[in-house]
Amino acid sequence: MTEKTAATPAGSAGTDNAIHTRALAYRWPGMDTAMVFPDIQLARGEHLFLHGPSGTGKSTLLGLLSGLLVPERGTVQLLGETVSDWPNGARDRFRADHLGIIFQQFNLVPYLTASGNAELPCRLSSSRHKRAGPGVSTVARSLLAQLGLDDDTAHRKVTGLSIGQQQRVAAARALIGAPEIILADEPTSALDTDNRDRFLELLLTMAAEQGTSVVFVSHDQALARHFHDHIALEGRS
Amino acid sequence: MNALRLALSLTAASLWHRRRVLALVCLTLTLSVTLLLGIQYLRTEVRQSFNNTITGTDLIVGARSGQLNLLLYTVFHLGDATNNIRWSTYQKLRTDERIDWVIPLSLGDSYRGHRVIGTNTQFFERFGYGDEQSLALASGDWFSDLFDVVLGANVARQMTHRVGDRITLSHGGGSTSFSRHDDLPFRVSGVLEATGTPVDQAVFIGLDAMEAIHVGWESGVAIPGRTLSGDEARERSYQPDSITAALLGLKRPILTFQVQRELNQYTGEPLSAILPGVALSRLWQVMGQFEKALLAIGGFVVVTSLVGLVSVLLTLQAQRRREMAILRATGASPALIASLYSLESLGLALLSCLLAVVLGALGIAALSPWLLEHYGLQLGLRALNTDEWAVLGSVPLAALLVSLAPAISSWLTSRRQGFGGFE
Repeated sequence: MTEKTAATPAGSAGTDNAIHTRALAYRWPGMDTAMVFPDIQLARGEHLFLHGPSGTGKSTLLGLLSGLLVPERGTVQLLGETVSDWPNGARDRFRADHLGIIFQQFNLVPYLTASGNAELPCRLSSSRHKRAGPGVSTVARSLLAQLGLDDDTAHRKVTGLSIGQQQRVAAARALIGAPEIILADEPTSALDTDNRDRFLELLLTMAAEQGTSVVFVSHDQALARHFHDHIALEGRS
Repeated sequence: MNALRLALSLTAASLWHRRRVLALVCLTLTLSVTLLLGIQYLRTEVRQSFNNTITGTDLIVGARSGQLNLLLYTVFHLGDATNNIRWSTYQKLRTDERIDWVIPLSLGDSYRGHRVIGTNTQFFERFGYGDEQSLALASGDWFSDLFDVVLGANVARQMTHRVGDRITLSHGGGSTSFSRHDDLPFRVSGVLEATGTPVDQAVFIGLDAMEAIHVGWESGVAIPGRTLSGDEARERSYQPDSITAALLGLKRPILTFQVQRELNQYTGEPLSAILPGVALSRLWQVMGQFEKALLAIGGFVVVTSLVGLVSVLLTLQAQRRREMAILRATGASPALIASLYSLESLGLALLSCLLAVVLGALGIAALSPWLLEHYGLQLGLRALNTDEWAVLGSVPLAALLVSLAPAISSWLTSRRQGFGGFE
């Protein structure tokens, strides 16, 4: 494990950190040894590029950060709260309130419209609903419009959208209600180069506008130039 | 509250999205619920109709026999009387001051398989069925001439007889009797309205006519030269020796048991007096077993289609893992994920119940004329009673219960789920 860049100056106050992990280790059932992960410290509003080839535990790390998985050892601190010590229900609520998620692909609930998908976090979390403002569907449509999806597309079933469009709907869903942190797992891997760069720029610009920290995971080193902070995962140990 | 609203709207959208696959499941469930509800509805109606075969009559009196036998041959026109009761006994009943009215019944002849009942105008005036309804004529009049006959609704319809038609009665029962009263034809003077009771299947003549056509038949067959012609018959007056049975109406129903006891202990001849209501419910106990079996079969059919529903939900579950992973990652709790399955199952069951009620109502509305015509069963639309609501309510409950299988399994899966779904 190598830490290329320190994400924030060491010793800064806990609440200024979006993410702070210490000595994380996780073992899937049937594994002999636990996977261990480098410590991450990311200031609020900062963007982190997490690079690693497949099989280096990127998804496991995101699982731990999102609170879907509980580490075997170590702690996950999000927004100053030691979330990894919390019970399941509290972690679920924290995720709904403070995290936006983008997957590699198949990001969307197939039977909802594009704007229905984008509004989903506001319906799961009242605090994100509040932050989005009274007209959630208007907010969703304007986010989709900023991402280049017109009103007509917003009202279409997502199964009719291209992969590029689907990923932008997922970005809108992650951004809505201004969560403090967005976790993105290879969201551009199914896009062509043009689309990829445009998508990434839009995502980072819009996240910066609302002060959202982004943890972006990719095996594609070429994307690293968009980020100030980098961490590389180098397989299991 | 928010979570419930979200779960409901996701369920509705998801059901609509999968409508093609689920339509078949819903159809199966709808048909089976229709069957179950239909059986329960018919059961109530048939029992009601059965218990109302005869109303207003306080006692049925006949020769000494069991109460079911007496009930069967007097009310349902099935089987034969063990013996007759004397005319003098009938007269005694008529003059008893506790007894308001007496309907005499004289059985034995038939018209093409339909029972001929010798009686008098008392039958038309006093006989009650259903909800204390009395008989009414669809056309014509009750008898005025000796050789007038009044037909039950079904007899008239099946034989396509109208007022004024001439018919010949047969001696004894059965539709292929060889000895016929063909020298003394009857004129149809009236046709009764349909009642949905055995009255519809019967043919009514006067007691004196019954006597007249049997003059010269004392040995059981017609002896040539001793029978009467129509005009000879009209000139004579008749005094029957006996009648088969009598229906009694009391002035004060509170005296029913007293009169019944006296009749059962009557010293003039061995009599049986029965309470029609008690005998009817005893008969229903005998016949009612099959309806319980039918209901059980209906229940099993519903259970079978619910199992089908669960197997479809479990199959869909594999396709829906991605969707559940997205919801989980967005912050949905495992309980919310599990509730989606239960709500879908519940939603389908409720929809099926609604469709079953509509389908059942349409079916009854469409079939009731046919049922009345062919089975004499009067089946009307009415509001559902508590039993039927219970049957209907048990379907969504059972659906909720069986949905626990996919719900629990998805709850367990989503608790173990990592980032991006299933590792």
